[in-house]
Amino acid sequence: MSTAFEHPTYNYKVVRQFAIMTVVWGIVGMTVGVILASQLVWPQLNLGIPWTSFGRLRPLHTNAVIFAFGGSALFATSYYVVQRTCQTRLFSDKLAAFTFWGWQAVIISAVVSLPMGYTTTKEYAELEWPINILIAVVWISYAIVFLMTIKKRTTSHIYVANWFFAAFILTVAVLHIVNNAAIPVTPMYSTSIYAGAVDAMVQWWYGHNAVGFFLTAGFLGMMYYFVPKQAERPIYSYRLSIVHFWALIMIYMWAGPHHLHYTALPNWAQSLGMIMSIILLAPSWGGMINGMMTLSGAWHKLRTDPTLRFLVVALSFYGMSTFEGPMMAIKTVNALSHYTDWTIGHVHSGALGWVAMITIGSMYHLIPRVFGRTEMYSVNLIAVHFWLATIGTVLYIASMWVNGILQGLMWRAINPDGTLMYTFVEAVEASAPGYFVRLIGGLFWVTGMLIMAFNVYMTVKRREAISHSAPQAA
Amino acid sequence: MSNLWGDSLSGFWSAWIIIITLGTIALSVWILLANRRTDKTPDADGNVETTGHAADGIEEYDNPLPKWWFQLFVLTVVFALGYLVLYPGLGNYAGILGWSQEGQWEEEVAQAEERFTPIFAQYQEVPIPELAEDPEAMQVAERVYQNNCAVCHGSNAQGGYGFPNLTDDDWLYGGEPENILTTLNQGRNGNMPAWQQLGQENIENLTQYVLSLSEEEHDAERAASGESTFGAVCAACHGPSGTGNTALGAPNLTDNTWLYLAPGQEVGDSIRQTLRNGRNGHMPAQAAYIGEERVHLVAAYVYSLRLAD
Repeated sequence: MSTAFEHPTYNYKVVRQFAIMTVVWGIVGMTVGVILASQLVWPQLNLGIPWTSFGRLRPLHTNAVIFAFGGSALFATSYYVVQRTCQTRLFSDKLAAFTFWGWQAVIISAVVSLPMGYTTTKEYAELEWPINILIAVVWISYAIVFLMTIKKRTTSHIYVANWFFAAFILTVAVLHIVNNAAIPVTPMYSTSIYAGAVDAMVQWWYGHNAVGFFLTAGFLGMMYYFVPKQAERPIYSYRLSIVHFWALIMIYMWAGPHHLHYTALPNWAQSLGMIMSIILLAPSWGGMINGMMTLSGAWHKLRTDPTLRFLVVALSFYGMSTFEGPMMAIKTVNALSHYTDWTIGHVHSGALGWVAMITIGSMYHLIPRVFGRTEMYSVNLIAVHFWLATIGTVLYIASMWVNGILQGLMWRAINPDGTLMYTFVEAVEASAPGYFVRLIGGLFWVTGMLIMAFNVYMTVKRREAISHSAPQAA
Repeated sequence: MSNLWGDSLSGFWSAWIIIITLGTIALSVWILLANRRTDKTPDADGNVETTGHAADGIEEYDNPLPKWWFQLFVLTVVFALGYLVLYPGLGNYAGILGWSQEGQWEEEVAQAEERFTPIFAQYQEVPIPELAEDPEAMQVAERVYQNNCAVCHGSNAQGGYGFPNLTDDDWLYGGEPENILTTLNQGRNGNMPAWQQLGQENIENLTQYVLSLSEEEHDAERAASGESTFGAVCAACHGPSGTGNTALGAPNLTDNTWLYLAPGQEVGDSIRQTLRNGRNGHMPAQAAYIGEERVHLVAAYVYSLRLAD
């Protein structure tokens, strides 16, 4: 990349790299998602070969959207925000560059090894041990770059966004290392050092905190910078941010057992997972309130600024998912919702509605700035993307709600003689229309991401056009 | 069992869980209460003055916690503490209600048994051939079949690769009511040994001979050479004429019905594979899963399937 636009103080190069890869991996991850959604409508699309079967592509989809798309977005925004709010350059350019290339290497390893069938079978932690070691090394480097940048800040306070980013980085390091502790057997096979119910508990302690710290705390860090910045308004309440930050990181740690209701997990652990999930409601909503109320006095901007719309709708979906989550953690609700598509809908109201929307809003703010432009190539295309993403999300989650409740009720319906009223296959057949609607929702999303890619490409390209013509004008 | 994951914890782990649970909740509540009030007064817009520091131009108001949010937080904590009094959660403390998931399951199963067992017990008294002619009983039986058997034998009961077709009149272990009952109650293990050691020539000759038994297309010369090997090796189970033996579950090889024929596969290929590698068929015993009353009804259903033809 050209160095003509290097910022005198900040390292924007690594931010630009991660920002571009956010868009690229977003398209890849969501496209795999659409392929999977199609396979659920037309199973023959697995092509009858192992590499494209649902079981292998599904972890590829989740890893690509969470760690490749979401991860790149978190790297980009945290490096951008920490520099700007601490008014200092990143601690080490070389180490930051290592985190970029190292993280891309992790993603490529996942893209190759998952379709080949290598998996630890732990959800969201499927990658095998050599890749896990690379992740640990990259992540510790990330922690060093981020925390040492905070340490050498020239401002007196550490801004709230950085608390969330720091909590996310530190906790994910611990989660990753503890959950992936394994005994290597062959170069691409290992066994977990935990067994039975302990293994399941460690896995979901990791799994739910991947949601809590990777997908919530990290993206709240993003929210705390880009919402007030784009709205040009002060944060609503400093003390609210203190209370909900500490409560959120303390309570989230406990929520994992709600993934294991009515299993071999002891009763006491299930109960604690449930009650902590309920206490989590207020701390989660603290972030939504602080974001939403920051907009008071700036609501009119929503009419003209689709970037701000992305950020606000993201907060709405965040509020909705963090209400739905505690509700689904209640045992009696969970008895209906567990193992159904309701869970998939819930995950995507968080993943599409919150994580992807806040990321895209942040990227539309950040990309022109790190590429030396004042705004994106086309604001209208941002508006088009906004509507595609919003409608896509609504189609997705509404169809999965319907499917989930349908499945839950069909599975438990019994005849007067005590036999089950429906066979499993009948519940699958009844789900087909919902699967189709979900596919349409997914297509809306991928279309939106392709439009974003075009908009970003034109924004970057125009920067170069200006830079080339600049000397002649001078 | 006294470890962290048993039903009963050691005193240390029980105390540890109680302390960190209540400690975490107490700490959250303390943070909430400690930051509840602000002595600053709101400006004309209703916002309290900012904290005075700005990050990259972002200022922060110091508004008090929204009242409804504060109340929501307190409400969830009250609910949680109430739940921990009523239900198991705090270490070994079982909760006032004495509830456990195992207890709930046992209670629900006992209720279901009480309600539904008489229905099936009634059917159990009817002989299978008679029960098979009772349309109402067969409707109930089909539901039991679809939820317990269809996953292997198919919702149309025509089986699949490695899973016998139940609608034809070809029986590995006999099709009389008592045979079917034994199969369902106790399960079956069908073991065809591997005959790799006979060598390539003999396997090929045997394959041609078995094909000839069903009058499939075959190499007559090789089939003739295979006949003596068949008599020496295979006849013990499949019988000298290859008609099988239901006492052993040895299939009839003369009826052109093939259990291990994959879609699109040639019969000769399947036979060759069976001879080389052997086969292991496993029908799980159902009595332990669904009880002998329901087994009786399903046996009648399976018996009824050939009547449909």
